[in-house]
Amino acid sequence: MSAPTTTPTPAPTRRVPARRRTTERPEPGSRSSRWTSRGAVHGVLLLAALYSVLPLVWLVTSATKSVGDFSSTSAFELADFNLWGNLRDLFAREDGVFLYWIRNSLLYAGLGAVLGALICTACGYAIAKLDFPGRRALFAVTLAGVLVPPTALALPLYLLASELHLVNTFWAVFLPLLTNPFGVYLARTFADAAVPDEVLEAARLDGAGEFRIFLTIALPMMMPGFVTILLFQFVSIWNNFFLPLVMLTDPELFPMTLGIYQWNTRAPQFPDYNPLVITGSLLAVVPLITAFVVLQRQWRSGLSAGSVK
Amino acid sequence: MTTAVTSSKAPESPPASPSAPPRRRATRRRLTGAALAAPFAVLLLCTVLVPIGYAFYLSLFTDRLSGLGFDGYRQVFTGFGNYADVLQDPAAHDSVANVARYALIHIPAMFAGALLIALLLDSATVRLRQLWTLAVFLPYAVPGVIAGLIWGYLYSPGIGPVGDALPFDPFGESGVLPSIVNMATWQWMGYNVIIFYTALQTVPRDVLEAARADGASAIRTALSIKVPIIRPTIFVALVFTTIGSLQLFTEPMVLRTFTGTVTSTWTPSLYIYDAAFIRDDYGRAAAASILLALASALLSALVMRLSSRSSR
Repeated sequence: MSAPTTTPTPAPTRRVPARRRTTERPEPGSRSSRWTSRGAVHGVLLLAALYSVLPLVWLVTSATKSVGDFSSTSAFELADFNLWGNLRDLFAREDGVFLYWIRNSLLYAGLGAVLGALICTACGYAIAKLDFPGRRALFAVTLAGVLVPPTALALPLYLLASELHLVNTFWAVFLPLLTNPFGVYLARTFADAAVPDEVLEAARLDGAGEFRIFLTIALPMMMPGFVTILLFQFVSIWNNFFLPLVMLTDPELFPMTLGIYQWNTRAPQFPDYNPLVITGSLLAVVPLITAFVVLQRQWRSGLSAGSVK
Repeated sequence: MTTAVTSSKAPESPPASPSAPPRRRATRRRLTGAALAAPFAVLLLCTVLVPIGYAFYLSLFTDRLSGLGFDGYRQVFTGFGNYADVLQDPAAHDSVANVARYALIHIPAMFAGALLIALLLDSATVRLRQLWTLAVFLPYAVPGVIAGLIWGYLYSPGIGPVGDALPFDPFGESGVLPSIVNMATWQWMGYNVIIFYTALQTVPRDVLEAARADGASAIRTALSIKVPIIRPTIFVALVFTTIGSLQLFTEPMVLRTFTGTVTSTWTPSLYIYDAAFIRDDYGRAAAASILLALASALLSALVMRLSSRSSR
């Protein structure tokens, strides 16, 4: 974010990024205290990073252990490398149901995120830029929707779905997760900030239709916001547990989180489920971490635009 | 399509009244606005408003064995009887108490940690900011179930290093609350670090320079300038954390597979799940859901009220 654009020079003190360099005042005698405080700062950051990352390191090392090594070796110790064996077991167990779980998670989260982000962006843009009847009321209800906790909604949704005979279907999980009131709120903020009225007026004068203006002008301008909503909706669907737990009984419809949870309830009786649970967990975590690392620039800029407003 | 309509009708409108095309354009804008907003409005109606209404309706009924029990269960109108039941249920009281104790430890601990890290990252001398922020952010990408499993194993005596190192039993009567607090704090601290850090980037640099010229220390600047400026952001994060705390479900649900200390009604969400799917008491579960939604809305309103007062 603050990549040093200034070339490093052999100055006695380390150069700080340009915008703050002017504030650096010569403070005679304080160099050693600055060094110790810098050490303290990095010490705290190192602790925080270790706290965040070590459990994930444990996940990786444990996924490489066999059942026997898992209980006989200490946590971060590397035993015989058995990751491929664990993966083979994982995909073979219960007729390869784990493959279904991967597919379902990708379907729920991938399709849900793309479609949901589009719906949010369209609605947010409409609320911000187009006057239509019921616009204020819709925004008020949306804000209220942000405050209603998903767990309080899960049971009512289940009851309704069972009334409509939708329980234990793809749609029972997919449709509710499409609804993202916070995404609409974010999209409205993005539309306000990123789409100038003058541009819309100019397009109208050129004779472009309102729908085309949205698709070809406003949507591209809102891209960082769109990507942010998409990414965060992907994460929240991928991580969702309560709704599938309530709605689904057929293992072939489970997302990864629910499937792994169900296996874990068996692990106390059947220890050979332990490596499967751990290896499966690793597979459930890797795609998200990869997405966040690869898309860093997008979500960082998107988050800053959204959170600061 | 719409452009075709205008061009074909444009010659009809007399050039003397230039207000006609704008009016038609306004109509078009209204129609497009409604069309773009419609998918979300329908979803909101079907997946939020109607379920809540249906739950409220159901919360007014209860299932009773009719007659001698030969006819099975019958739905009976009880008015607010289910609400009274929930409000008088000791298990419900315990679940609220657990969540309250959880929130009272988790929220201050996480916010203090996140603010400290964000302020340190914002201090001028930190190198490798991107790497540090990414490292603390990673747990956010871990699903709650997986986070629960990882920590469950780490707490397990004989398997994980944490359970063996701690002076108390993380699965025990008094240890299970800190265990859950730690899981949630691990997951959400980095997310809030990013939120606070991005907000800190917007603090005007000339204000900070003026403070430094006046001889204010880095700590003083952080506490009396930076934190007050990002206070609105902190309050928004507080609203979301409060709602999140109230609906605590996944972490205790997963820990239940490791220890019997976590009861089936340990939090309000677990209470709802238990009432609906273990006891098959939909009326009571619906009433508890409505109460949980109301409590969330009230608490968020309270936090927002506080925030608007303090930012004045």
